[in-house]
Amino acid sequence: MSLRIVVCVKYVPDATGDRRFADDLTLDREDVDGLLSELDEYAVEQALQIADGADDAEITVVTVGPEDAKDALRKALSMGADKAVHVEDDDLHGSDVMGTSLVLAKAVERTGYDLVICGMASTDGVMGVLPALLAERLGVPQVTLLSEVSVAGGVVTGRRDGDTASEQLEASLPAVVSVTDQSGEARYPSFKGIMAAKKKPVESLDLEDLELDADEVGLAGAWTAVDSATERPARTAGTVVKDEGEGGKQLAEFLAGQKFI
Amino acid sequence: MAEVLVLVDHVDGAVRKPTLELLTLARRIGDPVAVALGAGAGGTAGVLGEHGAVKVLTSDAPEFADYLVVPKVDALQAAFDAVSPAAVLVVSSAEGKEIAARLALRIGSGIITDATDLEAGDEGPVATQAVFAASYTTRSRVSKGVPVITVKPNSAPVEPAAAAGTVEALTVSFGETASGTKVVSRTARESTGRPELTEAAIVVSGGRGVNGAENFPLIEALADSLGAAVGASRAAVDAGWYPHTSQVGQTGKSVSPQLYIASGISGAIQHRAGMQTSKTIVAINKDAEAPIFELVDYGVVGDLFAVVPQLTEEINTRKG
Repeated sequence: MSLRIVVCVKYVPDATGDRRFADDLTLDREDVDGLLSELDEYAVEQALQIADGADDAEITVVTVGPEDAKDALRKALSMGADKAVHVEDDDLHGSDVMGTSLVLAKAVERTGYDLVICGMASTDGVMGVLPALLAERLGVPQVTLLSEVSVAGGVVTGRRDGDTASEQLEASLPAVVSVTDQSGEARYPSFKGIMAAKKKPVESLDLEDLELDADEVGLAGAWTAVDSATERPARTAGTVVKDEGEGGKQLAEFLAGQKFI
Repeated sequence: MAEVLVLVDHVDGAVRKPTLELLTLARRIGDPVAVALGAGAGGTAGVLGEHGAVKVLTSDAPEFADYLVVPKVDALQAAFDAVSPAAVLVVSSAEGKEIAARLALRIGSGIITDATDLEAGDEGPVATQAVFAASYTTRSRVSKGVPVITVKPNSAPVEPAAAAGTVEALTVSFGETASGTKVVSRTARESTGRPELTEAAIVVSGGRGVNGAENFPLIEALADSLGAAVGASRAAVDAGWYPHTSQVGQTGKSVSPQLYIASGISGAIQHRAGMQTSKTIVAINKDAEAPIFELVDYGVVGDLFAVVPQLTEEINTRKG
């Protein structure tokens, strides 16, 4: 029987560019370049490796986002995923993590899955809670923040490196997995992969397809509110000295003045 | 006064510092009721009471150690039902955020993660966050349900405040999903004797300029002279010079210490994302053009192999 893997990915603003807020205090997507969240590439990579080790597997990559978010799907398809689902709807604008996890849960259920794989966090919001919320909504085990993952005989196992301990985890499928940037370098799409991706199916869904109401998602359905967003003043230039042999002592003097010594 | 639920982060009864910081913040919005789970939970009551916990709800069921995350969500939900608090506060650790998020979903509440400050507001607690690699500061509220907020370490001072700290056993009935993810084995991280990176008041980090694992003892010696934690940039971690658990940055740990010393780190945006909220920033780098110097309160353009040992020696001398 085919192993159905769904990878959830996010289209995010490029962190090396200037990221800002729009007037409604949501992310300004107008003037920034977007891309597949770097941390999601690790999820796609692990999906490909798990699929390689299975007798028969199919990888569907899912995203929720505006038109441009198709770029993130194309990247994942060019790496080797088989098909894609794009959830796009004007009413999704301003969704918080609760809304996004609801939409993803519906999309994943509709697609059908044995294993859902996510990155450890997005590189824009950086909350890192979506995989756990997805597991809660789907009612399946969460096997999250794995630096190593494998699937065999309907069981997913992995290693989670925490602050105080490293844990070996095990759960039966279906399950939600998230992987860290330690899980293994993500492959670069080959030219063949990029050409093949153009022919792979991308299904577009809106809220109606997912049987969701507009007021359950987007700004209207958000359970949190941003009251203000202020650009942090640039740090005022501090003292920079050139080491002429006494740099360490000068630095110690500074630290003593600040009462760190 | 309204009660505020605080989930306790502890290791075998030893309460970790970020929980004591949470108690300081919790007192701004109500009376803290602490929830301590797992082996040694009862042993936390003394110190929690000294820091303002009016009540400590404990459960040491084996499920907390045997299965991942969900048993603690079940327990926190039981505490929530028993207390009916005005807010729930959890430390922004990886596990803390997952527990908080699942609880928030279950009780129909919004969640705010990685708050760096918290105060009472007309419409409930207002949380401050640093976003987009700390280039923006936002103030947010939970607009639906009882606010569930996770708070970053070093966001508040630890302030003693005597309270009853009455211990009560928490009755938890574990749901079907609680045993979904089995913890097959657990290997405790070897203690370095240094403070935990995310909660340390001072962090000393090394990067590409350290030029090899064999040179990291220089960074460690400086850290030890200051009682600091050791961090590393992604370049140093990827090169295998220092463990990933010490990585500071967007894909590593986010730190916000009183003092951050970057040695041989150029200051790529991904690194800055993880340390930019540090109160005082110091850098040592031989490249005067390194972007890290845009952030510093004090910078030394020079060879870290000369500057760092001199600094360490000077600190040790001054400590006498």
